[in-house]
Amino acid sequence: MAKRKTTRVALTGNEAMALAMKQINPDVVAAYPITPATEIVQLFSKYVADGEVDTEFVPVESEHSAMSACVGAAAAGARVMTGTASQGLALMHEILYIASALRLPITMCVVNRALSAPINIHCDHSDTMGSRDAGWIQIYTENVQEAYASVIVAVKSAEKANLPALVTTDGFVLSHGMEAVEIFDDEDVREFLGERKPLYNLLDIDNPITIGPLDLQDYFFEHKRAQIEAVFESKKHIYDAHREFEEFFGVKLPVFVEPYRLDDAEYAIVVMGSSAGTGKDAVDVMRDERGIKVGLLRMRIFRPFPFEEIQKYLSKVKYLAVMDRADSLNTMGGPLATEIARALYHLSERPIIHNFVYGLGGRDVPLENFYEVIEKMQWIAAGNTPERMVDYVGVRE
Amino acid sequence: MPAPKEFKWAGKLKGWKELAEISPGAIVPDVPTSPEYLTGDWRSERPIWNEGRCTHCLLCWLYCPEDAILLEITEKTVKMIGIDYDYCKGCGICVRACPPKVHALEMVPEEG
Ligand code: SF4
Ligand code: SF4
Repeated sequence: MAKRKTTRVALTGNEAMALAMKQINPDVVAAYPITPATEIVQLFSKYVADGEVDTEFVPVESEHSAMSACVGAAAAGARVMTGTASQGLALMHEILYIASALRLPITMCVVNRALSAPINIHCDHSDTMGSRDAGWIQIYTENVQEAYASVIVAVKSAEKANLPALVTTDGFVLSHGMEAVEIFDDEDVREFLGERKPLYNLLDIDNPITIGPLDLQDYFFEHKRAQIEAVFESKKHIYDAHREFEEFFGVKLPVFVEPYRLDDAEYAIVVMGSSAGTGKDAVDVMRDERGIKVGLLRMRIFRPFPFEEIQKYLSKVKYLAVMDRADSLNTMGGPLATEIARALYHLSERPIIHNFVYGLGGRDVPLENFYEVIEKMQWIAAGNTPERMVDYVGVRE
Repeated sequence: MPAPKEFKWAGKLKGWKELAEISPGAIVPDVPTSPEYLTGDWRSERPIWNEGRCTHCLLCWLYCPEDAILLEITEKTVKMIGIDYDYCKGCGICVRACPPKVHALEMVPEEG
């Protein structure tokens, strides 16, 4: 394992993501500012102004235009990146689907922030959950170190799979929280990524092509089916990209999921993003001080959905608490619980699942939230049936 | 007019596995495809050109959305020489464009 040189620096999540972008040195960045992701592209535009990158920076008039410019540049063979949050991601919505259907590996730094209304600038996952069926690889990070590394490995994963990828940090918790981060050298990052090899190139005038044609009843389904297959195949590409990252830098990253003290667990918690850190501490307290056999599975990659890993780690636990930082407003809770239930339903051995929605609009997520979740699961284990499929933790009644 | 080349997409409809290879991201690789598409079979009326009345002002050529007005181009002159019925979709725009006093174009119903 060839360990590359690292340097320890203090960075916020936004600074770390901007630095990763600088080291990647993308051909094109098109972006529009939005809290709490503004700093990422603001710092990056400074790298452009200072001549530290070769990037063509396109300041646009909206996120819809930002993603449109990214699509055009990526179709022309460029390595393309952008950043946004919340309402900005929502405004990109229609172009997100186009980016993935055109098989364009754009990489986007997203800072998770609640969707309006009421207007709020703090963390929940409603923004990226709203993009969950857009065909993007989605990586949720637990800390700034992981966010930094994930941006680099996301570019590799996206370009192997020829699908776009987004990497998220929890708004303010990570985006503005400062940590000591081990960073790589610029040259190493550039050598690791190499040149992008596009599937096709709009600017190849010797082999002209039409991009984005009308596709009706006779061909749409076949083209969509081919895109769906690319998502099936992307899982292997994501694993390969992470293995190559590990071999090149000598740094290990969890890929789809990260199990924590799950080996003999009767109870398990599933959670994504920065709250997983708190959750692991809560597991330690519950195991070591209260003797409850509880573990945690952090989901790092939500798209493509890691159903095999979910089955591997969670089919044997008895009581499963799935924590969603977004509600689908469907009377069943959040998307994570629904999809995990689908992944486990047909197995002969599977846990009883209950959903907990937490932390909306940046509501603090203390250890007590996790204790409450496990206490509710114990209440279910004692033979009680919850009134609804979902409970809300940390909200005043 | 270029001779219609063999159209890769004609014939049997392709399955998604082949499309994943030849048309990733739903691109159309063998462009231009419009010469293969004979818009002439949309026509329910056809423009008839009266050569004797024509002043070769080329207004019809300028307005025709299908580029179906045929021209003869020499070093000194450009002349209207007819209509390409393979592509003329019968919209009648040329008839409207032709100056009323000249009236060298006229729509007649297609037969059959
Ligand atoms: S009828 Fe329409 S398509 Fe046909 S020659 Fe006239 S303008 Fe062109
Ligand atoms: S518009 Fe009428 S006069 Fe002018 S070139 Fe066409 S047919 Fe001839």
